[in-house]
Amino acid sequence: MRALKVLPPDIKEGFARLAAHETDATAKQVLGTMITNIRVAEDTANLLCQDTGIPIYNVVIGRGVEIAGTELKDAIRRGCERATREHSLRSSVVHPITRKNNQTSCGPGVPDIHFDFCDDERLVIEMIPKGSGSENNSWLKMAIPADGVDAIKTFVIDCVLDAGGKTCPPTIVGVGVGGSSDLCMALAKHAATRPLGTRCADPEGAALEESLTEAVNGLGVGPQGLGGDSTAFAVHVEIAATHITMNPVAVNMQCHSARRASATFTRSGVEYGF
Amino acid sequence: MAHHTFTLPITDAQARSLHVNDTVTLEGTLFGVRDSNLIALFDRGRTTRFDLAGQAALHTAPNVKKVAPSARHPTGYAPVCVGTTTSARMERFTRPLMQLGVRLIIGKGGLGAPSAAAFAELGGAYLAVIGGTAALETTWIEAIEDVDLDDLNPESIWKFRVKGFGPLLVAMDSHGASLYEAIDREARGRRANVLARLGVK
Repeated sequence: MRALKVLPPDIKEGFARLAAHETDATAKQVLGTMITNIRVAEDTANLLCQDTGIPIYNVVIGRGVEIAGTELKDAIRRGCERATREHSLRSSVVHPITRKNNQTSCGPGVPDIHFDFCDDERLVIEMIPKGSGSENNSWLKMAIPADGVDAIKTFVIDCVLDAGGKTCPPTIVGVGVGGSSDLCMALAKHAATRPLGTRCADPEGAALEESLTEAVNGLGVGPQGLGGDSTAFAVHVEIAATHITMNPVAVNMQCHSARRASATFTRSGVEYGF
Repeated sequence: MAHHTFTLPITDAQARSLHVNDTVTLEGTLFGVRDSNLIALFDRGRTTRFDLAGQAALHTAPNVKKVAPSARHPTGYAPVCVGTTTSARMERFTRPLMQLGVRLIIGKGGLGAPSAAAFAELGGAYLAVIGGTAALETTWIEAIEDVDLDDLNPESIWKFRVKGFGPLLVAMDSHGASLYEAIDREARGRRANVLARLGVK
């Protein structure tokens, strides 16, 4: 539930940075209201946004951690159902064809649980309540090698223009470059939900992050699409190798209510963070 | 850039008095609508017992809690978190809602050309809430006064009693102006320059 009520420190700093540099009067006001909302949510222990999103869990299993995978998946699902029943996780999850809502925040394939591994002796569970306004603005383009990196840059700019105010800007624009189609989309999601201030590990990707961040904020879409300099906190890029015939690019955005929370389990106990 | 305080329902003249960049604070009642209940009303032939003449429709599905019915919570629902959803999904429902009498639409992210035409012809306006600021917006809601089509919960039609709901920004008016259209046009006008600076040939 912490993910729904308190924004991570890097996002709060991101707001302060944008507000300090914004030159548009309306945009300054809009950012001011967003910053006030962060305070009101903490003061009243209320949700930052009524849309508690689609539940995403990223699980990182460390070396030496023994875990029954199916039981962990069941436990996450039960926790998600309980958060809906007892707390304020709004059940926003429906069957995709019948649109039936079971009021549990769960359904086939949801919560969306991802597993990865690391060398440290720990288990990390990160929860991301991904808002639908930003998620509804997701794109994939299987460009061709002849179009080169220009296709990637142009695609990102056009996605930001098409999204306008619908994604609740300022956003984190997540860009996936390379991989297969599904990997490319997953890279974009990972990029959009990465903490502000982190860089792409690949130097070419990091350079692209820098130039695209400046470019996107030169468009003047602004907070809520009402104009201004603060269209995005940042553009984040994640890359994967791709095929000689392929040049995939994907965009996924994170809204200004860029919520996430994590729990790290070690031998000495549980530590809660962002 | 005037500020208006309206108690709902409003008259056609009040709706037409709004211009983009004005601000509005609303008092009285608001009706929460969105995807599922608008599909039910306008695609599936269902009806609502609410009289929407001169009213304001808020694009929302609130986060609510079931409580014992009381004077404060007459419907047995307490508002937990009431926020605004992306209006673009509700684009094609603007005109039929206005034909039922709605004069103000409150949402986030804006509406397109068909809605702008409906606002001009029927006399209405779009008021922008800052999306994603639901904790703040909730402090403007006094109670959930009534609920209809509740089988669609949380996408029921909610009747909220509000106090000092705003200030909201008039982002589309009945005179053909839309801040979204203007900003979009300006941003697309910068596209070629931005791409050139990125070295795109």
